[in-house]
Order: sequence, then C-alpha cells, then structure tokens
Amino acid sequence: MAFAAFSGGSEKSSYKVPRKTSAKVALVLLLPGMIYLALFFITPLASLVATSLQVPDASGEIGRYQYGFEVGNYWYVIQTYWPHIARSFFYAIAATVLALLISYPLAYFIGVRARKWPLIQKLALALVIAPFFISFLLRTFAWKQLFSNESWIVTSLQQLNILAPDQYLVGTDFMVIFGLTYNFIPFMTLPLYTSLERLDLRLLEAGSDLYATSAKVFRKVTLPITMPGIISGTLMTFIPIAGDYINSSRDFLGSTGTQMIGNVVETNFLRINDYPSASALSVLLMAAILGLVVFYVRRSGTEDLL
Amino acid sequence: MATEFVARGSDLELVGIRKEFPGFTAIDHLDLHIPAGEFFALLGPSGCGKTTTLRLVAGLEEPTAGKILIGGKDVTATKPHDRPVNTVFQSYALFPHMSVIENVAFGLRQRKIDDPVKRAERGLELVQLGHLALRRPQQLSGGQQQRVALARALVNRPSLLLLDEPLGALDLKLRREMQIELKAIQMEVGLTFLHVTHDQEEAMDMADTVAVMNKGHIEQMGAPEALYDRPHTVFVAKFLGQSNLFIGAIVETSANSLAIEVAGYKISVPKDRAEKHTGKIAIGVRPEKADLHQQKPSASSSENLIGPGEVLDIRFTGVSNQFLVQIPNIGLVTVFEQNEGNSTVALGDQVFVSWKVEHSFGLADLPDSVEA
Repeated sequence: MAFAAFSGGSEKSSYKVPRKTSAKVALVLLLPGMIYLALFFITPLASLVATSLQVPDASGEIGRYQYGFEVGNYWYVIQTYWPHIARSFFYAIAATVLALLISYPLAYFIGVRARKWPLIQKLALALVIAPFFISFLLRTFAWKQLFSNESWIVTSLQQLNILAPDQYLVGTDFMVIFGLTYNFIPFMTLPLYTSLERLDLRLLEAGSDLYATSAKVFRKVTLPITMPGIISGTLMTFIPIAGDYINSSRDFLGSTGTQMIGNVVETNFLRINDYPSASALSVLLMAAILGLVVFYVRRSGTEDLL
Repeated sequence: MATEFVARGSDLELVGIRKEFPGFTAIDHLDLHIPAGEFFALLGPSGCGKTTTLRLVAGLEEPTAGKILIGGKDVTATKPHDRPVNTVFQSYALFPHMSVIENVAFGLRQRKIDDPVKRAERGLELVQLGHLALRRPQQLSGGQQQRVALARALVNRPSLLLLDEPLGALDLKLRREMQIELKAIQMEVGLTFLHVTHDQEEAMDMADTVAVMNKGHIEQMGAPEALYDRPHTVFVAKFLGQSNLFIGAIVETSANSLAIEVAGYKISVPKDRAEKHTGKIAIGVRPEKADLHQQKPSASSSENLIGPGEVLDIRFTGVSNQFLVQIPNIGLVTVFEQNEGNSTVALGDQVFVSWKVEHSFGLADLPDSVEA
C-alpha cells in the first residue's frame, strides 16, 4: 500500500514537473511586459481617473486641486464640450471611411495585381510608407501652405466659382478631414495589404466559375475574406484619429470651429490648468472609443480580434 | 439567366485552339471533340498544357486563337460565370468563410435557383457528407474537402464538369475509393466529364476516352484499351504503361507484315499495327506480352524471339514478377510474368524472350536518342 502510494506520488510529480516549468518559463517571459503595463499603463490610468474626480483646492488658487470624488466633473465636461465630442467622432468616422475607400483599391493593386511584378509591389509598398520619413508636423504644415488663402489652389477655385470669393479652405471641416485622412492612410493601407496579399486568387476563380459576376465575387468572396484587414485597418485609423489634435488645431489645418476633444484636452491641461476636466474628457474619450470598438467588432463578426 | 439548368451533359468542341503565354506556347493547335455524356480524360505530364486546356474551357484563360463550343454554342468570348461549366479545382478552392452547405449552395444562389439549400443538401448527400453541412471547410479532411468541391460543382448540373487533378492530393486508398465514386456519379447524373490528370492508371480506369497530351498537342486519343494496345508514338508507348522498344531499318515487307533487323534478330510487326512502312522504325511490345524461356524455343514465324540474355534483376510486386533481361547488342528488356507460383528463373540465368508478332506495334516516330 505504502509502496503503491509512493509510486503514485512520484508518478504524479514526474508528470507535473514539466508543466510547472513551462508555466514558470511563461511567467518569466511575460514578466517584463506585465511590469511595463503596470508601470506605464495601469498606474497612469489610475492616476488619470483619480485626477478626473479632483475638486478645486481649498486655497482657491488656479491650477491647484485636491483629491475628491467629484463625479460632477464628467457632467460638466459633457455639457460644456458635447459639440467637440460629437465633432471628434464625426471627423473620425468621415476620415476613416475616406481612408478605407482610398486604401482598399490601392492595397488591392499592391497586394493582388502587382503580384506578378515583385519589384513594383515592393516599390509601391515603400511609397506608402515613404511619407513617414518626413515629420508628421511638417507634412501637415505643408498642406496648410498649399491650401492657404493666398495659394494658387484657393484663388483658382475661387475664380472657377467653386469657392465663393470670401470662402477659404484652411479652417474648414473639409480641410481637417482631408488632413486626417491623408495622415492616417498608411495605417489603413498596411493591414489591408497584409490580408489582400494572402488572398487566394483561386477562390476568386472558383467564384466566377460558380456563376458570380466580378462584382458579386468581390462582394461574396474578396470582401468577407479580407474583412479582418478591414477591421484592423479601420481600428488603427479610427482610434488615433478620434484623439488627434494636430490636424484640427488652429496652428495647422483647423480653426476655432473645428476643435476636437484632443484640442480641448490640450487647452484645459496646458493653458487653463483645468486638470480634472482634461482628465475627465480623456477618460470619456477612452470609454467611448472602447464601447464603439466592441460594438463594431461584434457587429462585423470577427470577435477573435478582441 | 444566361445559363440553362440542364439535366444532361453537352458536347464540347475545341477548334484550332492555340494559347501563348509570354515566352512560351502552352497549347499549339488543338482540335478536340468530346461527345455529350462522356467521361473524357486528358492525360499528360506536368507542363503539357492539359490544365491550360481545362482553364480555357472554364473561361479562366483566353485562347490566343481558336474557338470553344459547348453544346454547339460558341463560348469563346463568354465570361466564366456565363458558361454552363463547373470546375472541381485541384486545390478544391472552397470558400473558407462559408460553411460547407453555403459553399455547395453558392452557384445555385448566384443563378437564383429555387430552394438552394435543399438542393445543396441533396448534393451533399450524393457525396455522403450530409452530416458535415454546418462545418467550415478547414475542419474537414482532404478527402472530405474534395467531395465538397465535387458536390459544389455537381449541384449546378453543368453541361460539362471539369476536373483538374481533383484526386491528386489524396492518399492511394482514398483515391481509389473516390475514383469509383466519381465514375458512379458520372453514370448516375449523365454529365459530360473532362478530367485532367497525370496519373495514367486513373485515366485508364475511369475514362471512356483518353487523350494523351504532350508539349501542347494531343499525341493520341482513343479508348484506354486501344491506346494501351496500340500506341502510335514513343511518348504514348512510354507514358501509358511500359514498353520495350527495338529500333531498326525495315528489311523485309510481306503482304501483311514487315520486319526490322536488330543485332542479328528479326523482329516483325503486322502491317496494320505499324504507323509507317518504310525506313527506320521503332517496334515495341508490352512487358506482360513477352514470355521468358530457359530453353531456346523452336523458331516460329508467328513469334519474335531474341536472346539469350542474362537476368539482371527480378522484382516481386505481388501479382507479377518483373524481370530485367540484358540482351547483348540490344539492351535491357522488361518482362512481366503472372505470379503463378511456378517461376524457376533465377538471377543471372540465361534466358530467351519471345512474343507473338501480333502483339508488336510499330511507332510513327523514334526515341529522341536515335537518329532517323
């Protein structure tokens, strides 16, 4: 009996040892990432939430706050800044849709049509990434110059009666959406390219062999199969665009009428020193994006991305 | 709808088809007629143009010249989705984002045929996969995927079903099973099948007519038995089964036979089994038609006899023993003998090889290594 128990025990341990080691190895390998997340994500997040609930300091001095639990801060920012919140999402949706419409054919060309010419494929891909070699701020500023009120583009458009004599481009919704679309197109193109490049063209042939016109093949085969690329591309553009504050800023392509949440956060944080409002807006933006993303991914049926 | 929902197969006619790709000619003047309801196999080594032919019929490639007629209608300029043709692809090409049943119903839905799901279910029953309807193709084995691909094509009742080496990826046992099943389905539904393969056994086993393709043209076409019994060219003689070939100048011509001389032996072939009657000719015989003799048999005008030669190799394959005999000045001759359990020939023995003159065949061309 004792012997049997002993052998059973040793058998058990000899079976478990490798599993324990592999679990330990996994833990050790995960540790740096977990420490990083704890230090640079969880802690700031907690601090952000705490700040968003702060109340003005008893001294009444501007820019001095003490810890409290003022949920009213959220009410206040929603009431005050709801146009900015709505505008942010409107711009983000418009720019994401535009980027998708521009990027899909581009990615299709690079990933599918250019397969026969690997050199052109690589070159086109390099060109998609090439703008990154120049600072994002510089490029945005260059657009501002190109579309400035005295530029030949604006004066020509005015002369062609497309723009009224007192109408300009910089500072309009159009200009901001243009800038956002332009700046985030590579983030859309690359994930689309990755999924289009793997697209098995024999499936398209099978589709047309089974009586589907090219349009139907695209809708029933190409589009659903590349859906993961579309989802990740739209997420990778929508999320940063919703929080962007460069394109819409008065210093770049925007005006007072194009301010997004990012601009409000910047102003509150750096100019007015209203830290609780800035933090509350940040938390709200994060929560709204998270909610939208979950809804979107659920709807499009690719939950494995979550 | 551009395509009719037909109950029976249509005939296929290729007229003067030529297909050039940048840098090479895949098909060089191809004429072909496949009668309705026939199981037709296009057999050839890889790169012979057989898959290109299939893709031309499906509409996935455009011919450089020539016409394609299905059921008498010219479809040369017709898009693939407007042709009454379905393909079982070598890679199966099942849609990974759809369930098995949706894959099968795809063609029916595109043509807006009533009750696509019911018809698709019946199609799956035909290939005995009704129970897997809701799975994704990736969750099926290779053989099951192959059958889904077959069902997906068959449910549309195409005038013409194209099969692009559909059994290539299956293991031997499954392949045999699928061959029998395919043949049974073809008889049941009465469609015209065009089957492309490089497996000569598969082609001979299943097809009513086999066309042997080589370097972009059809070398020979006919019933499998006829092709095997009387190959017309060196390529067919060697690609379709094995052959022993003897090359020599014709030295004797009688009313119904001719003979060549090779290394002092006289080898005869009936005139009506020879593709040419003058000059240098290659005469062949199938290994199983030849016999081994340990004693020199008495000469007979109805038999070709060569030897003696040394037995270099004996291979036991179960049903037969395969002997490799080295005959001086002629070379290696292969002889298959039915395994009747009474073979006494051993390695190194001196043997004679004989076969009936009527089993010889004379080829139209000579092996590449021989100067005409």
